[in-house]
Amino acid sequence: MQETSKKSIDTKSTTINFGPQHPAAHGVLRLILEIDGEVINKSDPHIGLLHRGTEKLIEHKTYTQAVPYFDRLDYVSPMCQEHAFALAVEQLLKCEVPRRAQYIRVLFSELTRILNHTMNIGTQAVDLGATTPLLWLFEEREKIMEFYERVSGSRMHANYIRPGGVVADLPDGLLEDIAIFNKNFLKQLADVETLLNNNRIWKQRLVGIGVVSQKQAMDWGFSGPMLRGSGIQWDLRKSNPYEIYDELEFDVPIGKEGDCYDRYLVRIEEMYQSVRIIDQCLSKMPEGEVKSLDVKLSPPKRGEIKESMEALINHFKLYTEGYNVPKGEAYGVVEAPKGEFGVYLYADGTNKPHRCRIKAPGFAHLQGLDFMARGHLIADVVAILSSLDIVFGEVDR
Amino acid sequence: MKIASILKQFSKDNKFSIKAISACGFDNLYRVQNKDLLPILKFVKENKDLRFTILTDLFAADFPARDKRFELIYSLLSLKLNKRLLFKIELEENEKAESATPVYSAACWYEREAFDMFGIEFDNSPDMRRILTDYGFKGHPLRKEFPLTGHLQVKYDDGLEKVIYEPVLLEQEFRNFDFASPWNGPEGYKLPGDEKATK
Repeated sequence: MQETSKKSIDTKSTTINFGPQHPAAHGVLRLILEIDGEVINKSDPHIGLLHRGTEKLIEHKTYTQAVPYFDRLDYVSPMCQEHAFALAVEQLLKCEVPRRAQYIRVLFSELTRILNHTMNIGTQAVDLGATTPLLWLFEEREKIMEFYERVSGSRMHANYIRPGGVVADLPDGLLEDIAIFNKNFLKQLADVETLLNNNRIWKQRLVGIGVVSQKQAMDWGFSGPMLRGSGIQWDLRKSNPYEIYDELEFDVPIGKEGDCYDRYLVRIEEMYQSVRIIDQCLSKMPEGEVKSLDVKLSPPKRGEIKESMEALINHFKLYTEGYNVPKGEAYGVVEAPKGEFGVYLYADGTNKPHRCRIKAPGFAHLQGLDFMARGHLIADVVAILSSLDIVFGEVDR
Repeated sequence: MKIASILKQFSKDNKFSIKAISACGFDNLYRVQNKDLLPILKFVKENKDLRFTILTDLFAADFPARDKRFELIYSLLSLKLNKRLLFKIELEENEKAESATPVYSAACWYEREAFDMFGIEFDNSPDMRRILTDYGFKGHPLRKEFPLTGHLQVKYDDGLEKVIYEPVLLEQEFRNFDFASPWNGPEGYKLPGDEKATK
C-alpha cells in the first residue's frame, strides 16, 4: 500500500469551462478552470458578459438621468449605490441634506443590507443543496421589496435616493409596517440559523474552504464582509460615519478564520445589526423636509406647480436640462452590503459629469477567486463563489 | 499633516517630485511622476507610520484637450490612520505606465480594465488581456472619441442560423443636446450674429 503511494503518477491537467450559463455562477461568469483530477490548479474568470458601459453612458447623461444606472449595477442592493452617487454629487454641490432625509437614507440602506444578505445566504444554501432557507428568506425579501415599492413605485430599481435628499416622503403607515416586519424578521432569521449554523453538510462544505488571511485580504483590495470575515475590524459606517451613523448604536461583527463559514456568520450577524439600526431609525425618525430646499437642485412641490408659472418652468428646466455641478472632483463612498462601493466624479461645471468612475467591491473580490480556489475541489469553487457575494451587474458595469 | 510631512521628507531624500493638489477637495491627493510611482507606492505601503496596505481603486480618465491626455489615479487606504491617499500620474497617448502588481496584487485587474477601456499599457504586468469587452473587440470605449453607440452590433441571423456582427444601424439619429444656456453668462455660448458685434 505504502509502495504505491510513493510512486508518482503522471497526470495531465484538463481545462474545463464553468459557465457562462451555470446556475451556481450567480449570473454570467465564464470560468476557465485548469484541473488536475478534481483539484483546481488555476481559475481564470472571464468577465464582461454583462458589460453595459455604465460609466460611458453616465458621461452622456445629466446627473438626474444617471441615478437609475446605479440601481442596475448591483441589482440586489440598489439603494446603497444611489446613495454613493448622491454623496459624491452633494460633496461637489456642497449641499445640506435635511435630517429626515438622512434618517430615511440610513433606514433604507439597512433594509437594503438585509435584502442583499438574505439573497446571498439563500442562494448560497441552494448552491450547496439546501432549498428551505431560500424559500424562507425570499419571503422576507419580497416584503422589503414591497417597502421599496411603497416609497418609490418600483420593487427593485428604486431611483429613490437622489442628490439633495430622497425623492418623496414616506407614505402613511410605512414606518409601522417596517416595525412589524422587523420584529417578525428576527424570528425568521433565527429559524434559518437553526437550519444552517450547526448543519453537518453546511459545515462540511464551508469550514476551512476559501481561507483568506488578513494579509491576503488587504493585498487583494477586499472590503466589506470579505475583509471582516478575515478578522479585520473595518466598516465605513464606523470609521468614516456618513449621514447619521455616528448617532446610532451597532456592532461590527468580524470573523476569525477567514473561511466561507466565517463570512456566512458575519453576514448573519450583520443582519441582526441592521435590524437594530432600523429599530433606532424608526424610533428617532424626525419630522421635516426630505430634500434640499435649494431650488436649483430640488423640484418645486406639486402644489406650487399648480399655482405658479415660475415653479412650472423651474420643474421643466430641472427635468430636461438638469442642474450644473461646479467643476471639481469628489469621491462618494458607502459601506454597501458587498463592501466599499464608491463613485469618483470628475465634474466640469456642466450638467453632465466628465467622467464617472464606479468602484465596485465585487470586482476586487472576484479577482481573488484564483488564489482562494487553488488546491480546492471543483465543488468548492461553487461555495467560494457564493461566499464572495458577487453580482455581475456591478462586476461588469 | 503627518502624511504630508512624511511624504515631503521621502521625496527630499529620493529627489522625487510629490506635489500636493489641494484644489480638488481631497486631503491627500498628490501628483507624482510616472517613473517614481512604484517606489513611492512601496514606501507608503511599508512605512510603519503610514501603512497604506489597501489599493482600493486604480482608474484612468481621458482629457483629450490636455498635452498629456490620460490621468491615472491610485486610491490607497490605510486602516491604521483611517485615511485615504490618492496619487495621480499623467500619461501621453502612447506612454506606458509601470504595473503596480509587485506592490499590490489587486492592481492586476484594474490595470487590465484601464488597458481595455483607455488603451493604456502597463509594463511588467502579469496579464495584459482585455477584461470587460467582447472577445476580439477593437478600440477603447472610454476614450472620448469612441462613440457612445459603438461600431458593431450583434444579432442572431435566421438565414445563416448563427450570431453575426454587423455595423451599428441607428433607427434614430443619436441626439446630443446643447445644454449651454445664455442665462449662465456669455462664456461658451455664442448666439447667431455674435461675430458681427466684435467686427
